Amino acid sequence: MIPWFFAGPAAALFLIFFAYPLAASFVQSLQTTDGGTVEWAGAGQYARLLADPSFLQSLVNVALILIVQVPVMIGLALVLAYVLNQSWLRFRATLRAAYFLPAVTTLVAYAVVFRVLLKTEGGAVNQVLGVQVDWLNDPFWARVALIASITWRWAGYNAVILLAGLQAVGREQYEAAAIDGAGSLTTFRRVILPQLRPVVLFCSITSTIGTLQLFDEPMVLTGGGPGDATLTPILYLYQVGFRQFDFGYAAAIAWVVVALIGGLSYLQFRYFGRERS
Amino acid sequence: MKRALVWLAAAAGAVVSVIPFYWMIVAATHDGGELFASPPPFLPGGELMANLADLEETIHFSRVMVTSVWTAVVYTVLSALVSAMCGYGLAKYRFRGRGALLGVVLATMMIPFQVLLVPLFQMMASIGWVDTYQAIIVPFLANSFGIFLMRQAFMDFPDELLESGRLDGAGDLRIFYRIVLPCVRPQLGALVIFTFMGQWNAFIWPLLMLNSEERFTVPVALNHLIGLSHVDYAGLMLGAFLATLPLTLIFLLFQRQFVSGLLGGALKG
Repeated sequence: MIPWFFAGPAAALFLIFFAYPLAASFVQSLQTTDGGTVEWAGAGQYARLLADPSFLQSLVNVALILIVQVPVMIGLALVLAYVLNQSWLRFRATLRAAYFLPAVTTLVAYAVVFRVLLKTEGGAVNQVLGVQVDWLNDPFWARVALIASITWRWAGYNAVILLAGLQAVGREQYEAAAIDGAGSLTTFRRVILPQLRPVVLFCSITSTIGTLQLFDEPMVLTGGGPGDATLTPILYLYQVGFRQFDFGYAAAIAWVVVALIGGLSYLQFRYFGRERS
Repeated sequence: MKRALVWLAAAAGAVVSVIPFYWMIVAATHDGGELFASPPPFLPGGELMANLADLEETIHFSRVMVTSVWTAVVYTVLSALVSAMCGYGLAKYRFRGRGALLGVVLATMMIPFQVLLVPLFQMMASIGWVDTYQAIIVPFLANSFGIFLMRQAFMDFPDELLESGRLDGAGDLRIFYRIVLPCVRPQLGALVIFTFMGQWNAFIWPLLMLNSEERFTVPVALNHLIGLSHVDYAGLMLGAFLATLPLTLIFLLFQRQFVSGLLGGALKG
């Protein structure tokens, strides 16, 4: 009985608040409440979803972020981590803290700040740049704004994780590379990067999951608009489930997101996770 | 020369990183109308107290802060306790169902919690928990990430110490409380910070659960402020600043635990 004294509370909580809703959600995803009564929709629910222009647009939007923002951000974080790890860098601790600060801001708070900074009429960004860009109401610029704010929030966070990985690389390996006459770029590419592989994997998987679950920023920054230009699957889930009260349809959206996260994580694991021979 | 350029680039990037914070403070201390004047203000103004009074009047921001702090503290304490206990059970005892429980812990880490939103919402509605504090505290108390983190910490804990505790006649609970927990204080500290941060920032679930203004947490209140027909931008920036303040202070005081909490043992083993 003693082991269950320790593990029991968590197990009970998982059973009630995870296992049961998870099963319920799957059953629900096969039901529709169209027309007021609960009816079985089966796979038809998913067929309807995959023909829904708003949902497809939300997938395109996150795909865009996955293809453009995630690699750029992780590349940026790698360079940052490498630079912040240099012993000759003055005010190193201050610089590190400055880069990490965005990671501790409340998501909603920073989205609110960006919303005010990017205001078209008299917003500070337009004024400083001397332009009249309609950041949040033009489909193209709204995406740019969303991508820029996510990058601002998460690049430093990834840099700190990569930095911790860099610090695990032994001093002697840099020295060995230096003796072999490798420049800093070669050392970085041939010695450092291969050892960072697991950490890069961690960053890319967490960023992928974060992107597919994106909600706070588009909700506060643009509300998914204009049109569906910054709509994300989870924001759509929120609208469908809690504004239109089509619970079954919302559950189906969630399960597509689960499948995508599983699939993409698996692919990344295969790609980055393999050992170097 | 090359180093000087790298340093300049790094410093410029750091400025970009910090500037929205700085602007937040500037904006919070000006009159709302001045924020969009040409040129916009670059130095803090003298309207902080007036803005604070406005914010208090529109949404009782002091109450919002108190609600956020206390729900986050209650959640953090209970959740850390549940996680530490479960992690300890998984790491130090062999029992039937252990493998299954570990499987559930790993599965919850991989499955996005949004899948649970609809059924959890209905569950809360059916037990009458909508618009209560327990609705934003109880359902996520078993935190798989924390359990995993604590399990890793306890795996490294030497069994000899547990044995010597038993020889001294201490019961399992006493050993856990007196010997084991104090030894994993660093990991526990990281977990506490991580959990607090998660609850402080939580948005979608409290947004669904909390309907009355007097129960709003900080993110819900900020979202509510943008939705008002007349948006008070200075108040909004002040709210954003106050929302960010606690985590920033914790970060500056406990940088090491903060970072290891976010890493969550990702780099270990």
